Amino acid sequence: MALLSKKDGKLLMDPLADNNPITIQVLGICSALAITAQLKPSIVMAISVMFVMGVGNVVISLMRNIIPSKIRIIVQLVVVATLVIIVDQVLKAFAYELSKELSVFIGLIITNCIIMGRFEAFALANGTWRSFLDGIGNAAGYGLILVIVGFFRELLGSGTLFGFPVLGDPVEKTGLYAIGYENNGFMVLPPMALIVVGIIIWVQRSRNKALIEEN
Amino acid sequence: MEHIELFFKSVFVDNMVFAYFLGMCSYLAVSKKVSTAVGLGAAVIFVLTVTVPLNWLLDQYILQEGALTWLGPEYAEYDLSFLSFILFIATIATMVQLVEIVVEKFSPSLYNSLGIFLPLIAVNCAILGGSLFMQSRDIASFDLALNYGFSSGIGWFLAILAIAAIREKIRYSNVPPALRGLGITFIITGLMAIGFMSFGGMLTGGGEETSSLEGEGIGAQIDPTIETTETAEVSTLITQE
Repeated sequence: MALLSKKDGKLLMDPLADNNPITIQVLGICSALAITAQLKPSIVMAISVMFVMGVGNVVISLMRNIIPSKIRIIVQLVVVATLVIIVDQVLKAFAYELSKELSVFIGLIITNCIIMGRFEAFALANGTWRSFLDGIGNAAGYGLILVIVGFFRELLGSGTLFGFPVLGDPVEKTGLYAIGYENNGFMVLPPMALIVVGIIIWVQRSRNKALIEEN
Repeated sequence: MEHIELFFKSVFVDNMVFAYFLGMCSYLAVSKKVSTAVGLGAAVIFVLTVTVPLNWLLDQYILQEGALTWLGPEYAEYDLSFLSFILFIATIATMVQLVEIVVEKFSPSLYNSLGIFLPLIAVNCAILGGSLFMQSRDIASFDLALNYGFSSGIGWFLAILAIAAIREKIRYSNVPPALRGLGITFIITGLMAIGFMSFGGMLTGGGEETSSLEGEGIGAQIDPTIETTETAEVSTLITQE
Protein backbone atom coordinates (compact mmCIF):
# COMPACT_ATOMS: atom_id res chain seq x y z
CA MET A 1 0.00 0.00 0.00
CA ALA A 2 3.03 2.25 -0.20
CA LEU A 3 1.80 3.63 -3.50
CA LEU A 4 -1.51 4.68 -2.06
CA SER A 5 -2.29 7.19 0.61
CA LYS A 6 -4.48 6.01 3.46
CA LYS A 7 -7.58 7.60 1.95
CA ASP A 8 -6.99 6.00 -1.42
CA GLY A 9 -6.40 2.64 0.19
CA LYS A 10 -9.74 2.97 1.93
CA LEU A 11 -11.41 3.59 -1.43
CA LEU A 12 -9.98 0.35 -2.67
CA MET A 13 -10.55 -1.83 0.37
CA ASP A 14 -13.91 -0.61 1.72
CA PRO A 15 -16.07 -2.16 -1.00
CA LEU A 16 -14.55 -5.55 -0.25
CA ALA A 17 -16.31 -5.82 3.08
CA ASP A 18 -18.17 -3.09 4.94
CA ASN A 19 -19.42 -1.28 1.87
CA ASN A 20 -19.77 -4.26 -0.42
CA PRO A 21 -21.76 -3.38 -3.55
CA ILE A 22 -23.84 -6.55 -3.46
CA THR A 23 -24.52 -7.20 0.20
CA ILE A 24 -24.66 -3.62 1.48
CA GLN A 25 -25.33 -1.23 -1.40
CA VAL A 26 -27.70 -3.71 -3.11
CA LEU A 27 -26.28 -2.99 -6.55
CA GLY A 28 -25.44 -5.30 -9.39
CA ILE A 29 -27.39 -8.31 -8.27
CA CYS A 30 -29.07 -8.73 -11.63
CA SER A 31 -26.30 -10.45 -13.49
CA ALA A 32 -24.49 -11.67 -10.40
CA LEU A 33 -26.76 -14.56 -9.59
CA ALA A 34 -27.47 -16.29 -12.85
CA ILE A 35 -23.90 -17.15 -13.77
CA THR A 36 -22.59 -18.40 -10.43
CA ALA A 37 -23.46 -22.07 -10.80
CA GLN A 38 -19.78 -22.68 -11.55
CA LEU A 39 -16.55 -21.03 -10.57
CA LYS A 40 -15.13 -20.35 -14.03
CA PRO A 41 -17.93 -18.16 -15.42
CA SER A 42 -18.03 -16.32 -12.09
CA ILE A 43 -14.37 -15.39 -12.39
CA VAL A 44 -14.66 -14.39 -16.04
CA MET A 45 -17.65 -12.24 -15.15
CA ALA A 46 -15.75 -10.64 -12.27
CA ILE A 47 -12.81 -9.79 -14.52
CA SER A 48 -15.07 -8.40 -17.25
CA VAL A 49 -16.88 -6.19 -14.77
CA MET A 50 -13.57 -5.03 -13.31
CA PHE A 51 -12.34 -3.98 -16.75
CA VAL A 52 -15.58 -2.17 -17.62
CA MET A 53 -15.73 -0.43 -14.25
CA GLY A 54 -12.10 0.62 -14.07
CA VAL A 55 -11.97 2.04 -17.58
CA GLY A 56 -15.53 3.37 -17.48
CA ASN A 57 -14.95 5.24 -14.24
CA VAL A 58 -11.82 6.84 -15.68
CA VAL A 59 -13.59 7.89 -18.89
CA ILE A 60 -16.61 9.34 -17.08
CA SER A 61 -14.36 11.09 -14.59
CA LEU A 62 -12.37 12.67 -17.44
CA MET A 63 -15.58 13.85 -19.10
CA ARG A 64 -17.35 14.89 -15.92
CA ASN A 65 -17.06 18.61 -16.57
CA ILE A 66 -18.33 18.53 -20.14
CA ILE A 67 -21.32 16.18 -19.79
CA PRO A 68 -24.59 18.15 -19.59
CA SER A 69 -26.39 16.75 -16.56
CA LYS A 70 -29.67 16.27 -18.44
CA ILE A 71 -28.33 13.68 -20.83
CA ARG A 72 -25.74 12.14 -18.54
CA ILE A 73 -27.54 8.79 -18.31
CA ILE A 74 -27.42 8.34 -22.07
CA VAL A 75 -23.76 9.39 -22.19
CA GLN A 76 -22.95 6.89 -19.44
CA LEU A 77 -24.87 4.15 -21.21
CA VAL A 78 -22.96 4.78 -24.43
CA VAL A 79 -19.62 4.61 -22.62
CA VAL A 80 -20.55 1.37 -20.86
CA ALA A 81 -22.05 -0.17 -23.99
CA THR A 82 -18.87 0.53 -25.93
CA LEU A 83 -16.70 -1.09 -23.26
CA VAL A 84 -19.03 -4.08 -23.02
CA ILE A 85 -18.94 -4.57 -26.78
CA ILE A 86 -15.14 -4.76 -26.50
CA VAL A 87 -15.40 -7.37 -23.72
CA ASP A 88 -17.99 -9.33 -25.68
CA GLN A 89 -15.92 -9.40 -28.86
CA VAL A 90 -12.75 -10.36 -26.98
CA LEU A 91 -14.56 -13.22 -25.25
CA LYS A 92 -16.08 -14.39 -28.53
CA ALA A 93 -12.63 -14.40 -30.11
CA PHE A 94 -10.64 -16.07 -27.34
CA ALA A 95 -13.11 -18.02 -25.20
CA TYR A 96 -16.02 -18.87 -27.46
CA GLU A 97 -17.43 -21.69 -25.31
CA LEU A 98 -17.46 -19.48 -22.26
CA SER A 99 -19.10 -16.61 -24.09
CA LYS A 100 -21.86 -18.98 -25.22
CA GLU A 101 -22.30 -20.08 -21.62
CA LEU A 102 -22.55 -16.52 -20.35
CA SER A 103 -24.94 -15.75 -23.25
CA VAL A 104 -26.88 -12.56 -22.66
CA PHE A 105 -25.31 -11.89 -19.30
CA ILE A 106 -22.23 -10.23 -20.78
CA GLY A 107 -24.56 -7.80 -22.53
CA LEU A 108 -26.34 -7.26 -19.27
CA ILE A 109 -23.16 -5.79 -17.74
CA ILE A 110 -24.39 -2.61 -19.43
CA THR A 111 -27.38 -2.46 -17.13
CA ASN A 112 -25.48 -3.72 -14.11
CA CYS A 113 -26.59 -1.22 -11.50
CA ILE A 114 -23.13 -1.25 -9.91
CA ILE A 115 -21.64 0.49 -12.91
CA MET A 116 -24.27 3.20 -13.27
CA GLY A 117 -24.42 3.55 -9.50
CA ARG A 118 -20.69 4.20 -9.19
CA PHE A 119 -20.67 6.56 -12.18
CA GLU A 120 -23.44 8.60 -10.60
CA ALA A 121 -22.19 8.45 -7.04
CA PHE A 122 -18.45 8.72 -7.56
CA ALA A 123 -16.95 9.26 -10.99
CA LEU A 124 -19.08 12.33 -11.75
CA ALA A 125 -17.68 14.12 -8.71
CA ASN A 126 -14.11 12.89 -8.31
CA GLY A 127 -10.73 12.95 -9.98
CA THR A 128 -9.45 10.34 -12.37
CA TRP A 129 -7.09 8.37 -10.13
CA ARG A 130 -9.57 8.17 -7.27
CA SER A 131 -12.35 7.14 -9.65
CA PHE A 132 -10.15 4.40 -11.04
CA LEU A 133 -9.47 3.07 -7.53
CA ASP A 134 -13.15 3.27 -6.67
CA GLY A 135 -14.07 1.36 -9.81
CA ILE A 136 -11.51 -1.36 -9.22
CA GLY A 137 -12.45 -1.60 -5.55
CA ASN A 138 -16.15 -1.96 -6.19
CA ALA A 139 -15.64 -4.43 -9.00
CA ALA A 140 -13.41 -6.44 -6.67
CA GLY A 141 -16.08 -6.42 -3.97
CA TYR A 142 -18.60 -7.60 -6.54
CA GLY A 143 -16.22 -10.24 -7.85
CA LEU A 144 -15.49 -11.47 -4.34
CA ILE A 145 -19.16 -12.28 -3.70
CA LEU A 146 -19.43 -13.88 -7.15
CA VAL A 147 -16.44 -16.10 -6.46
CA ILE A 148 -17.68 -17.10 -3.01
CA VAL A 149 -21.12 -18.00 -4.35
CA GLY A 150 -19.63 -19.79 -7.36
CA PHE A 151 -17.23 -21.72 -5.13
CA PHE A 152 -19.93 -23.08 -2.83
CA ARG A 153 -22.43 -23.78 -5.57
CA GLU A 154 -19.95 -25.69 -7.71
CA LEU A 155 -18.37 -27.54 -4.77
CA LEU A 156 -21.63 -28.61 -3.13
CA GLY A 157 -23.62 -28.93 -6.34
CA SER A 158 -21.31 -30.88 -8.60
CA GLY A 159 -18.36 -31.72 -6.34
CA THR A 160 -15.94 -29.99 -8.70
CA LEU A 161 -13.88 -26.79 -8.82
CA PHE A 162 -13.08 -25.29 -12.22
CA GLY A 163 -14.52 -28.53 -13.61
CA PHE A 164 -11.99 -30.74 -11.77
CA PRO A 165 -13.47 -33.26 -9.34
CA VAL A 166 -12.16 -32.48 -5.85
CA LEU A 167 -14.33 -34.67 -3.68
CA GLY A 168 -13.74 -37.96 -5.48
CA ASP A 169 -15.71 -39.67 -8.22
CA PRO A 170 -19.48 -39.95 -7.64
CA VAL A 171 -19.82 -42.87 -10.07
CA GLU A 172 -16.82 -44.90 -8.88
CA LYS A 173 -17.63 -44.02 -5.26
CA THR A 174 -14.16 -42.84 -4.34
CA GLY A 175 -13.08 -40.13 -1.92
CA LEU A 176 -15.89 -38.59 0.09
CA TYR A 177 -18.48 -40.50 -1.91
CA ALA A 178 -17.15 -43.75 -0.47
CA ILE A 179 -18.57 -42.84 2.92
CA GLY A 180 -22.01 -41.99 1.55
CA TYR A 181 -21.64 -38.31 0.56
CA GLU A 182 -23.98 -37.16 -2.21
CA ASN A 183 -23.90 -34.10 -4.44
CA ASN A 184 -26.67 -31.66 -3.68
CA GLY A 185 -28.11 -31.14 -7.15
CA PHE A 186 -30.25 -28.38 -5.75
CA MET A 187 -27.23 -26.08 -5.46
CA VAL A 188 -26.89 -25.92 -9.24
CA LEU A 189 -30.43 -24.60 -9.68
CA PRO A 190 -30.91 -20.82 -9.97
CA PRO A 191 -32.90 -20.27 -6.73
CA MET A 192 -30.02 -21.47 -4.59
CA ALA A 193 -27.93 -18.49 -5.71
CA LEU A 194 -30.38 -16.21 -3.94
CA ILE A 195 -30.33 -18.30 -0.82
CA VAL A 196 -26.52 -18.50 -0.75
CA VAL A 197 -26.28 -14.71 -1.08
CA GLY A 198 -28.89 -14.42 1.67
CA ILE A 199 -26.70 -16.55 3.91
CA ILE A 200 -23.60 -14.48 3.09
CA ILE A 201 -25.54 -11.36 4.11
CA TRP A 202 -26.63 -13.10 7.30
CA VAL A 203 -23.07 -14.06 8.22
CA GLN A 204 -21.69 -10.63 7.39
CA ARG A 205 -24.30 -8.76 9.40
CA SER A 206 -23.98 -11.09 12.36
CA ARG A 207 -20.28 -10.30 12.48
CA ASN A 208 -20.75 -6.56 12.09
CA LYS A 209 -23.80 -5.43 14.06
CA ALA A 210 -23.56 -1.88 12.72
CA LEU A 211 -24.84 -3.07 9.36
CA ILE A 212 -28.13 -4.46 10.65
CA GLU A 213 -31.19 -2.81 9.11
CA GLU A 214 -34.10 -1.46 11.13
CA ASN A 215 -36.67 -3.52 9.35
CA MET B 1 -52.02 -21.19 -29.82
CA GLU B 2 -48.45 -20.09 -30.33
CA HIS B 3 -49.30 -16.79 -28.68
CA ILE B 4 -50.96 -18.36 -25.66
CA GLU B 5 -48.03 -20.70 -25.18
CA LEU B 6 -45.48 -17.89 -25.39
CA PHE B 7 -47.54 -15.82 -22.97
CA PHE B 8 -47.69 -18.42 -20.23
CA LYS B 9 -44.10 -19.46 -20.84
CA SER B 10 -42.81 -15.91 -20.37
CA VAL B 11 -45.00 -15.16 -17.38
CA PHE B 12 -44.47 -18.33 -15.37
CA VAL B 13 -41.78 -20.64 -16.72
CA ASP B 14 -39.20 -18.09 -17.87
CA ASN B 15 -40.14 -15.49 -15.31
CA MET B 16 -37.70 -12.59 -15.53
CA VAL B 17 -37.08 -12.43 -11.80
CA PHE B 18 -37.36 -16.01 -10.66
CA ALA B 19 -35.68 -17.80 -13.54
CA TYR B 20 -33.10 -15.24 -14.68
CA PHE B 21 -32.79 -12.74 -11.82
CA LEU B 22 -33.24 -9.81 -14.15
CA GLY B 23 -34.22 -6.47 -12.70
CA MET B 24 -33.23 -7.55 -9.22
CA CYS B 25 -31.88 -4.15 -8.17
CA SER B 26 -35.13 -2.27 -8.51
CA TYR B 27 -37.00 -5.40 -7.46
CA LEU B 28 -35.24 -5.30 -4.10
CA ALA B 29 -35.16 -1.56 -3.69
CA VAL B 30 -38.75 -0.63 -4.56
CA SER B 31 -40.58 -3.58 -3.02
CA LYS B 32 -41.08 -2.11 0.45
CA LYS B 33 -44.60 -0.88 -0.29
CA VAL B 34 -47.25 -2.48 -2.50
CA SER B 35 -48.39 0.83 -4.00
CA THR B 36 -44.97 1.88 -5.31
CA ALA B 37 -44.32 -1.66 -6.46
CA VAL B 38 -47.48 -1.56 -8.57
CA GLY B 39 -46.41 1.75 -10.11
CA LEU B 40 -42.96 0.51 -11.03
CA GLY B 41 -44.35 -2.80 -12.26
CA ALA B 42 -46.77 -1.01 -14.56
CA ALA B 43 -43.97 1.18 -15.90
CA VAL B 44 -41.86 -1.90 -16.59
CA ILE B 45 -44.73 -3.62 -18.44
CA PHE B 46 -45.20 -0.53 -20.58
CA VAL B 47 -41.53 0.00 -21.39
CA LEU B 48 -40.99 -3.69 -22.18
CA THR B 49 -44.07 -3.80 -24.43
CA VAL B 50 -42.73 -0.86 -26.41
CA THR B 51 -39.00 -1.60 -26.52
CA VAL B 52 -39.00 -5.31 -27.35
CA PRO B 53 -40.95 -4.94 -30.63
CA LEU B 54 -38.96 -1.80 -31.51
CA ASN B 55 -35.69 -3.63 -30.95
CA TRP B 56 -37.10 -6.57 -32.92
CA LEU B 57 -37.52 -4.27 -35.91
CA LEU B 58 -33.97 -2.92 -35.43
CA ASP B 59 -32.65 -6.45 -35.20
CA GLN B 60 -34.51 -7.65 -38.30
CA TYR B 61 -33.83 -4.69 -40.59
CA ILE B 62 -30.45 -3.37 -39.45
CA LEU B 63 -28.47 -5.65 -37.21
CA GLN B 64 -28.76 -9.26 -38.35
CA GLU B 65 -26.48 -10.72 -40.95
CA GLY B 66 -27.99 -9.89 -44.32
CA ALA B 67 -30.60 -7.64 -42.73
CA LEU B 68 -29.53 -4.69 -44.84
CA THR B 69 -30.57 -6.28 -48.16
CA TRP B 70 -33.53 -3.90 -48.32
CA LEU B 71 -30.98 -1.17 -49.06
CA GLY B 72 -29.68 -3.04 -52.07
CA PRO B 73 -28.06 -6.38 -52.89
CA GLU B 74 -24.54 -5.06 -52.28
CA TYR B 75 -25.33 -4.71 -48.55
CA ALA B 76 -26.24 -8.36 -48.11
CA GLU B 77 -22.93 -9.34 -46.55
CA TYR B 78 -22.92 -6.89 -43.68
CA ASP B 79 -23.34 -8.29 -40.18
CA LEU B 80 -23.83 -5.50 -37.67
CA SER B 81 -24.93 -7.66 -34.76
CA PHE B 82 -21.97 -6.50 -32.66
CA LEU B 83 -23.70 -3.13 -32.53
CA SER B 84 -26.84 -4.55 -30.96
CA PHE B 85 -25.95 -3.66 -27.36
CA ILE B 86 -25.47 -0.01 -28.13
CA LEU B 87 -28.55 0.30 -30.37
CA PHE B 88 -30.80 -1.57 -27.97
CA ILE B 89 -29.75 0.49 -24.99
CA ALA B 90 -30.16 3.72 -26.95
CA THR B 91 -33.73 2.76 -27.86
CA ILE B 92 -34.44 1.87 -24.27
CA ALA B 93 -32.97 5.06 -22.84
CA THR B 94 -35.00 7.16 -25.26
CA MET B 95 -38.22 5.32 -24.45
CA VAL B 96 -37.65 5.66 -20.74
CA GLN B 97 -37.09 9.39 -21.11
CA LEU B 98 -40.41 9.53 -22.95
CA VAL B 99 -42.25 7.57 -20.28
CA GLU B 100 -40.78 9.86 -17.66
CA ILE B 101 -42.09 12.95 -19.42
CA VAL B 102 -45.55 11.40 -19.90
CA VAL B 103 -45.82 10.22 -16.29
CA GLU B 104 -44.67 13.58 -14.95
CA LYS B 105 -47.33 15.32 -17.02
CA PHE B 106 -50.29 13.05 -16.33
CA SER B 107 -49.67 11.57 -12.91
CA PRO B 108 -47.50 13.77 -10.68
CA SER B 109 -48.28 11.65 -7.62
CA LEU B 110 -46.98 8.51 -9.31
CA TYR B 111 -43.99 10.53 -10.52
CA ASN B 112 -43.20 11.65 -6.99
CA SER B 113 -43.58 8.21 -5.47
CA LEU B 114 -41.40 6.55 -8.12
CA GLY B 115 -38.86 9.31 -7.67
CA ILE B 116 -35.37 8.24 -8.59
CA PHE B 117 -36.43 4.83 -9.83
CA LEU B 118 -38.04 5.98 -13.04
CA PRO B 119 -34.74 6.91 -14.71
CA LEU B 120 -33.39 3.67 -13.29
CA ILE B 121 -35.80 1.71 -15.50
CA ALA B 122 -33.32 2.54 -18.25
CA VAL B 123 -30.73 0.49 -16.41
CA ASN B 124 -33.19 -2.16 -15.28
CA CYS B 125 -31.71 -5.41 -16.49
CA ALA B 126 -35.17 -6.78 -17.18
CA ILE B 127 -35.68 -4.28 -20.00
CA LEU B 128 -32.39 -4.86 -21.80
CA GLY B 129 -32.64 -8.55 -20.91
CA GLY B 130 -36.01 -8.73 -22.66
CA SER B 131 -34.49 -7.38 -25.87
CA LEU B 132 -31.40 -9.58 -25.65
CA PHE B 133 -33.45 -12.72 -25.02
CA MET B 134 -35.70 -11.74 -27.91
CA GLN B 135 -32.59 -11.62 -30.09
CA SER B 136 -30.95 -14.79 -28.82
CA ARG B 137 -34.16 -16.83 -29.00
CA ASP B 138 -34.87 -15.75 -32.59
CA ILE B 139 -38.45 -14.66 -31.97
CA ALA B 140 -40.04 -15.14 -35.36
CA SER B 141 -42.49 -12.32 -35.95
CA PHE B 142 -43.39 -8.81 -34.87
CA ASP B 143 -46.55 -9.77 -32.99
CA LEU B 144 -44.72 -12.55 -31.16
CA ALA B 145 -42.12 -9.99 -30.09
CA LEU B 146 -44.90 -7.70 -28.89
CA ASN B 147 -46.44 -10.58 -26.97
CA TYR B 148 -43.05 -11.54 -25.53
CA GLY B 149 -42.36 -8.02 -24.27
CA PHE B 150 -45.80 -7.67 -22.73
CA SER B 151 -45.85 -11.06 -21.03
CA SER B 152 -42.33 -10.74 -19.60
CA GLY B 153 -43.46 -7.42 -18.19
CA ILE B 154 -46.46 -9.13 -16.59
CA GLY B 155 -44.16 -11.75 -15.10
CA TRP B 156 -41.94 -9.08 -13.58
CA PHE B 157 -45.00 -7.20 -12.32
CA LEU B 158 -46.33 -10.34 -10.61
CA ALA B 159 -42.98 -10.97 -8.97
CA ILE B 160 -42.56 -7.50 -7.52
CA LEU B 161 -46.20 -7.41 -6.41
CA ALA B 162 -45.80 -10.71 -4.57
CA ILE B 163 -42.57 -9.75 -2.82
CA ALA B 164 -43.94 -6.33 -1.83
CA ALA B 165 -47.01 -7.95 -0.26
CA ILE B 166 -44.84 -10.43 1.61
CA ARG B 167 -42.50 -7.70 2.83
CA GLU B 168 -45.39 -5.64 4.16
CA LYS B 169 -46.50 -8.61 6.22
CA ILE B 170 -43.08 -9.76 7.30
CA ARG B 171 -42.55 -6.50 9.13
CA TYR B 172 -44.64 -7.98 11.94
CA SER B 173 -42.65 -11.19 12.15
CA ASN B 174 -39.74 -11.94 14.36
CA VAL B 175 -36.87 -12.16 11.88
CA PRO B 176 -33.35 -12.71 13.24
CA PRO B 177 -31.79 -9.23 13.44
CA ALA B 178 -28.95 -9.91 11.03
CA LEU B 179 -31.35 -11.18 8.38
CA ARG B 180 -33.74 -8.23 8.57
CA GLY B 181 -34.33 -6.28 5.41
CA LEU B 182 -32.14 -7.47 2.59
CA GLY B 183 -31.20 -10.91 3.87
CA ILE B 184 -34.69 -12.23 4.40
CA THR B 185 -35.83 -10.72 1.10
CA PHE B 186 -33.16 -12.71 -0.70
CA ILE B 187 -34.16 -15.91 0.99
CA ILE B 188 -37.90 -15.39 0.37
CA THR B 189 -37.16 -14.67 -3.27
CA GLY B 190 -35.18 -17.89 -3.41
CA LEU B 191 -38.10 -19.83 -1.96
CA MET B 192 -40.50 -18.16 -4.39
CA ALA B 193 -38.18 -19.06 -7.25
CA ILE B 194 -38.27 -22.68 -6.12
CA GLY B 195 -42.05 -22.41 -6.06
CA PHE B 196 -42.09 -21.01 -9.58
CA MET B 197 -40.00 -23.96 -10.76
CA SER B 198 -43.08 -26.09 -10.29
CA PHE B 199 -44.54 -24.28 -13.31
CA GLY B 200 -41.69 -25.79 -15.32
CA GLY B 201 -43.68 -28.72 -16.63
CA MET B 202 -46.79 -26.65 -17.28
CA LEU B 203 -46.44 -26.40 -21.04
CA THR B 204 -44.77 -29.72 -21.70
CA GLY B 205 -47.19 -31.71 -19.59
CA GLY B 206 -44.29 -32.51 -17.27
CA GLY B 207 -43.05 -35.15 -19.66
CA GLU B 208 -40.13 -33.32 -21.18
CA GLU B 209 -37.33 -31.64 -19.35
CA THR B 210 -37.40 -27.87 -19.34
CA SER B 211 -34.21 -26.34 -20.58
CA SER B 212 -32.73 -24.39 -17.74
CA LEU B 213 -30.19 -21.65 -18.07
CA GLU B 214 -27.23 -23.93 -17.53
CA GLY B 215 -28.48 -26.03 -20.39
CA GLU B 216 -28.43 -29.08 -18.17
CA GLY B 217 -32.18 -29.57 -18.23
CA ILE B 218 -32.23 -29.98 -14.48
CA GLY B 219 -35.39 -27.94 -14.09
CA ALA B 220 -37.77 -30.87 -14.24
CA GLN B 221 -35.78 -33.31 -12.19
CA ILE B 222 -36.26 -32.09 -8.68
CA ASP B 223 -38.01 -34.19 -6.16
CA PRO B 224 -41.65 -33.02 -6.19
CA THR B 225 -41.93 -33.35 -2.42
CA ILE B 226 -39.27 -30.69 -1.91
CA GLU B 227 -41.16 -28.32 -4.15
CA THR B 228 -44.45 -28.72 -2.39
CA THR B 229 -43.00 -28.13 1.05
CA GLU B 230 -41.20 -25.01 -0.14
CA THR B 231 -44.26 -23.60 -1.87
CA ALA B 232 -46.28 -24.36 1.23
CA GLU B 233 -43.71 -22.41 3.20
CA VAL B 234 -44.10 -19.43 0.89
CA SER B 235 -47.85 -19.56 1.10
CA THR B 236 -47.71 -19.69 4.89
CA LEU B 237 -45.45 -16.65 4.68
CA ILE B 238 -48.10 -14.94 2.59
CA THR B 239 -50.93 -15.74 4.95
CA GLN B 240 -48.90 -14.95 8.05
CA GLU B 241 -50.05 -11.96 10.01
